[in-house]
Amino acid sequence: MKQKNKEPVGVRMRLWIREFVKQMPLQLMVLPGIVFMIVFNYIPIYGLKIAFQNYTVVDTLDTAKWVGMENFKIILTDKYFWDSVYNTLGISFLKLLFGFVTPIILAVMIYEVKDGIFKKTVQTISYMPHFLSWIVLGGMLISWMSTNGMFNSILKSLGLISEGRNILLDADKYWWIASLSDVWKSMGWGTILYLASMAGIDPTYYEAARIDGAGRVRQVWSITLPLIKTIIGLNFILTVSGLLGSNLDQTLVLMNTQNQPRAEVINSYVYRMGIAQGDFSYASAAGLGVSIVSVILLVIANKLTSKLNEQSVL
Amino acid sequence: MRQKSIRLSGDKVFDIVNKLLLTLITCIIVFPLWNVVVNSFSSATAVASGKSVFWPAEFSTANYKAVFSDVSIWNAFLISVLKTVIGVVCHVLFCAMVAYGMSKEYLKGRKLYTVMGVITMFFSGGMIPTYLLIKSLGMLDSFAVYIIPALFSYYDMIILMNFFRQVPQSLEESAKIDGAGYWRIFLTIALPLSKPSLATIALFHGVSQWNDFMTAKMYILNEKLYPLQMKLYEIIVQSQMSSMQNPTSVEITTTSRGIQLATIVVTTVPILLIYPLLQKHFVSGMMIGAVKE
Repeated sequence: MKQKNKEPVGVRMRLWIREFVKQMPLQLMVLPGIVFMIVFNYIPIYGLKIAFQNYTVVDTLDTAKWVGMENFKIILTDKYFWDSVYNTLGISFLKLLFGFVTPIILAVMIYEVKDGIFKKTVQTISYMPHFLSWIVLGGMLISWMSTNGMFNSILKSLGLISEGRNILLDADKYWWIASLSDVWKSMGWGTILYLASMAGIDPTYYEAARIDGAGRVRQVWSITLPLIKTIIGLNFILTVSGLLGSNLDQTLVLMNTQNQPRAEVINSYVYRMGIAQGDFSYASAAGLGVSIVSVILLVIANKLTSKLNEQSVL
Repeated sequence: MRQKSIRLSGDKVFDIVNKLLLTLITCIIVFPLWNVVVNSFSSATAVASGKSVFWPAEFSTANYKAVFSDVSIWNAFLISVLKTVIGVVCHVLFCAMVAYGMSKEYLKGRKLYTVMGVITMFFSGGMIPTYLLIKSLGMLDSFAVYIIPALFSYYDMIILMNFFRQVPQSLEESAKIDGAGYWRIFLTIALPLSKPSLATIALFHGVSQWNDFMTAKMYILNEKLYPLQMKLYEIIVQSQMSSMQNPTSVEITTTSRGIQLATIVVTTVPILLIYPLLQKHFVSGMMIGAVKE
């Protein structure tokens, strides 16, 4: 290494270029990927400057007028934007509350089953909803929630209600529908990572605990959960950092004129303002603001879990 | 002795309660899905009255006849199949090619490429700048918009790169002595040896292509280019509109609801067909979402 550093820069450059040319076929394999990233990842990042411009249909990114923080100032007083922030936070909080713990509980329950066929069946079935698109699931939800749909039939036969009504038209119930349907869709799939890390636990721990007289619940609490702590922490960070990017597909399919006040989330607002109404600059500014908050959330979550885990996951 | 028997029975209770709860959860997942299938095979009046819960009250295939006689649904099905098949082949080959190059530690500029890639995993321009890019590339309302922006993913590249690193170097060395170049080695040695990882990426990319709806919603106006998911979305929105405009007219809403459910089933069947294949790759597929450099 030291020898190399003593060589003059020109020589090293020439060596580097000679090597580069020698591995040209290899470089040509990587090059398309680099070009792709520049075009489809970096140009849009550069394009974010539109948030500080007043872009109209006749403009290009380079001719549009600079307006500085003007768009962000308008956002601060935009009631509809803050409504969508409120809804996003509410729905995300419910998703986090139910959706984060459920897969852990389910994974522990599946792990505790020793009967192979039963275990396999439960796993196969619980993974299934993950592979349904939100459009398919949205269509199903509309049908289940409709006046004579599954939910109303069940509630009627239980004698809880006498008259069915369309639950999706009830704005106050929307948060619950959005978050619980998300939990239903993803809880089975969420167990995979936990089950994979539980498979690595040394069975002698459990034997030792049994000899010491620990029951099954105690074994779960004192062995299984502490040993998958790191994975739980990692998952928590990933979940929190994705909180504000709540599901656009889900919102677009479930939202209707009745529940819109409680259903509009940031992403759907950005979509409607930008793509549907053509106010590109304003919509980008809203989107950019949300991205920045997401990064802050990621940092906070990492701090939190590193305190709990005594080590930082990121 | 006595204590032991109590503990054993305690374990038994735990097992029974556990299995009962799991059975309940499984039912909560299966029953709603079953209910959709049941209603799609029910007559319009049975759907309207909510009589079909566990079994079709009045069995009928009218909904499916209506779906299969709709030319636009066949067209959407064809678009979905095309975009999935072409999209998967292009995505896997493209990612594999880049991954093979990146798998060589001695690749000049590798560090720079890695930094560029990792940044793309954390930052993106978001919806609007991407839309403007696609627009300026002239890809609005073209089939290419399903394929080209989905060609490459840095996540998938990392997975494949890690597999290529496990290919024994001695195999490549001997091929090199026989005069094979990088491309030859990539196509005849590295690719065939990494079939399991290629299959994982292919299956998961296939599912996301099949289920993708936002691309069509954002960039496609021409109905002839609608994939099945977008077509289904249209059907859902239309029947919701009509049900809200005429809340009293049961007839309109329910006939379209039956058709809607039949379309849902048709849209989902291809996923269920590859489900057994997918199952083999669940764990590695999950890792795709969880990898960190």
